[in-house]
Amino acid sequence: MKILFSYLIFPGFLFSALIGLMAAWIDRKITARIQWRQGPPWYQNFLDLIKLFAKEIIVPNQAKLTFLLAPFLGLLSLILASTILGKAIIFPLESFLGDLIVVIYLFTIPAIALIIGASSSGNPLASVGASREIKLLLGYELPFILSVLTVIIKSKGTIQLGEILIQQMNFGSHLFSLSGILAFLVAILCMQAKLGLVPFDIAEAEQEIMAGTLIEYSGLPLAIFKLTKAILLYTMPLFLIILFWAKDLSPLVLFIKYLLILGIIILIKNTNPRLKIDQALKFFWGPLSILAFIAIILALKGL
Amino acid sequence: MENLKLKALTKSIWVFHAACSPCNNCDIEILDLLTPRHDVERFGITLVGSVRHADALLVTGIPNYKTAERIKKIYQQAPKPCLVIAVGSCACGRVMFRESYNSPANLDEIIPVDVYIPGCPPKPEAIIAGIVKLINKLGTDTNFKK
Repeated sequence: MKILFSYLIFPGFLFSALIGLMAAWIDRKITARIQWRQGPPWYQNFLDLIKLFAKEIIVPNQAKLTFLLAPFLGLLSLILASTILGKAIIFPLESFLGDLIVVIYLFTIPAIALIIGASSSGNPLASVGASREIKLLLGYELPFILSVLTVIIKSKGTIQLGEILIQQMNFGSHLFSLSGILAFLVAILCMQAKLGLVPFDIAEAEQEIMAGTLIEYSGLPLAIFKLTKAILLYTMPLFLIILFWAKDLSPLVLFIKYLLILGIIILIKNTNPRLKIDQALKFFWGPLSILAFIAIILALKGL
Repeated sequence: MENLKLKALTKSIWVFHAACSPCNNCDIEILDLLTPRHDVERFGITLVGSVRHADALLVTGIPNYKTAERIKKIYQQAPKPCLVIAVGSCACGRVMFRESYNSPANLDEIIPVDVYIPGCPPKPEAIIAGIVKLINKLGTDTNFKK
């Protein structure tokens, strides 16, 4: 019962969906203000979801069963990740061994769900989008895991979120050291790609491949994908805060930290053009991976 | 519940731009409409790339033998309820191309049109006025609510 409550309501689905949708609104509003516009009202994302729920669901002729199952796979695993993260913040002592690894795996599943859904829809543009998403996934996972490795080294080799938190509460945030700030930089850019925002929205490029991976989705499954994206906008910054910046995690401070990271994401999004897939791959496997390696070496040296 | 659905639909119209062999003047006015100056995102209106996400089709131009089939297919591919907005005099009534050898039918003989916005090309303000009228009409249309 308690598990169900935390999965469905408090740190889990309902809470993260609310925060995520509000974060998505902040994103739209700030984008609008940067472009000298008014922007939508705060309930716009909720209305979009309700509208999509009420619309017809079209399943293409060639689509397989996974076409309809994929969005739920992504959403459910992401909710699990956000529940584990929320629990780790509230009760750092109750986290289980290896939950860091579990969370890293769960964070890749939404992207994999997108790939499965797109490739089972039978649309050529969706398959272009899926292939781009696979390449992007291979690209950003390497530097992302390397930067998480830096954190593991800095917190004395533990792979438990609770211990990483306690380590930082006792000895200060990892962010304020040379290796910490390098790894944080790498992780922020990887997060941008994980969220599928400009400059890395290559898989979903609206202007060239017409929403790519999402092209055949309509109604409810599309709403689920939008919701997954909104929840990711809440969980990914939270994950980075836990890993790098967890000295003080009282609700207000946590909220301000979250808003700061969200602001960085939005500014990156609004000041960059979309990269091509080869450029993105070169960027992730070249400069970013090298930066992450340097961070690991510095962390091993104790800097 | 029904009211909420209707409000959600009228407050978040995602439009798909279906250019039906126009002369591009109406398209340019539509692009004007989506720029920061008029900022239709205030009302939740956004341009989408895929017709599967669309709530409204913005149709410009006269359907000719080639585009007539395609506009019909596009309308069938859109998830219902889907609105059709005819932008420009050509889409409204074919004006001087009525007798033309390559124009088989009016737009509203091919797909049901919900609102006509005349003008050659209509100003962005005129398009906004048309969409506002359409939203008001939907509020009173009981047939549409299902």
